[in-house]
Amino acid sequence: MRLIAEDLSGERGGQPVFSGVGLSLGEGEALIVTGPNGSGKSTLLRVMVGLLPAAGGSVRLEGGGEAFPTVASAAHYLGHLNAMKPALTVTENLAFWRDFRGDAAVSVGNALETVGLGAIGHLPFGYLSTGQRRRATIARLLVSRRPLWLLDEPTAGLDAQSERQFSALMAAHLAGGGMIVAATHLPLGVEGARELRMGEVGADLPSTSRGGSTREAGRGGGGPESSASSPPPPGSHPRGSPPSPQGGG
Amino acid sequence: MGALYLRELRLATRAGGGALTGVLFFLAVVATIPFALGPDLNMLARIGPAILWIGALLASLLGLDRLFQADREDGSLDVLVLSADRHMLALTVFVKCLAHWTASVLPLVIAAPVLGLILNMEPLGIGATALTLLVGTPAIAFIGAAGAAVAVGLPRGGVLVSVLVLPLAIPVLIFGVSASYAAVNEPDPFMPPFLILAALTLFLAVIGPVAAALALRYSAD
Repeated sequence: MRLIAEDLSGERGGQPVFSGVGLSLGEGEALIVTGPNGSGKSTLLRVMVGLLPAAGGSVRLEGGGEAFPTVASAAHYLGHLNAMKPALTVTENLAFWRDFRGDAAVSVGNALETVGLGAIGHLPFGYLSTGQRRRATIARLLVSRRPLWLLDEPTAGLDAQSERQFSALMAAHLAGGGMIVAATHLPLGVEGARELRMGEVGADLPSTSRGGSTREAGRGGGGPESSASSPPPPGSHPRGSPPSPQGGG
Repeated sequence: MGALYLRELRLATRAGGGALTGVLFFLAVVATIPFALGPDLNMLARIGPAILWIGALLASLLGLDRLFQADREDGSLDVLVLSADRHMLALTVFVKCLAHWTASVLPLVIAAPVLGLILNMEPLGIGATALTLLVGTPAIAFIGAAGAAVAVGLPRGGVLVSVLVLPLAIPVLIFGVSASYAAVNEPDPFMPPFLILAALTLFLAVIGPVAAALALRYSAD
């Protein structure tokens, strides 16, 4: 199974956010998407999973077979929002997603034990602290099986110990042939993950768009714009271009 | 899908779910009308079915704007939309409508016979009105889903949903009320308007969720 994106560009409200992103991710590989605020990390994930239409280019999943015909069908998408109901208990929330998403993996109780919330499954989700909510949401990744995890700031609100725990979970997922694309500011501690750097010029995007000048994309890096924290396997090569900020108006 | 239905029912009945809002509004509207009209029992009996239907229509519009908005605010809507390969999105919407109807509108149908007594309706008329409400109100939920899906991204979408949905709900109201009248007014036939009402519900049960699913698919941002 391979996740392939070709010449992908995305926009928000008519404004191009990133363009020319290509990547190819095989089983057992992880890709960390980094970049400053507004560089299009979340938009990239939403475009990849199909929640936003791509402004250009395409994303596809190869070799998914009948079980996973599309990226969305093969993916767990974990966004900024937790997709949990505050009025229901943690267990009820997870049991619902397990039944609804299908392809059940570990039981709800075990998943909660894994993220260290075993004792508070009976509490309404709304009573939990920010970090506990995030951990309960991470348990959602475990209760039904999906080969591809698309994670948007997965460790936001987690303490150091939970982050380590989550790193171990991701390592286990990769070892089982899974794929991970994670957008983050923080190091996730995943061994051998490649890195896609979004929008080096993102920081001065407002001034460029105000000035009305178009800056050439790909500043500050020749060849493959993404730096890899480990040598990427041949043929799988993320190349991320910074957004090309267009002229004002 | 059973899991989704159960979750929606649980959410509606837990604190803050708002399942009672509709039925309380219905009680308030129908109970105050006899005071406003005065002690003319014949007139009350005559307009009883219409009052019950108007009350039910307005009350069932009340909670509709939250149908998808609550899911959107906590991110569940994204996951529901992404599960479209497993569960057709229109079917997901259909189940949500059914759950909404069970939790918020069915109590109101059950309360209608009691309120019929307040309106001095005769037993046959009460039975007929309750039956038409039972058959007709799901249609309002299905149209409402389409309206709610269109307005899902708007912060104060409630009024817009009502404005979008009311014109489409008028045929349901017309045939519901005329069937209720026909049951007590001898020469008028009961079955034709009642069957048209049932047909409207079945028709909208298909059109509403499909339209809502389309609107939801393209509302994501």
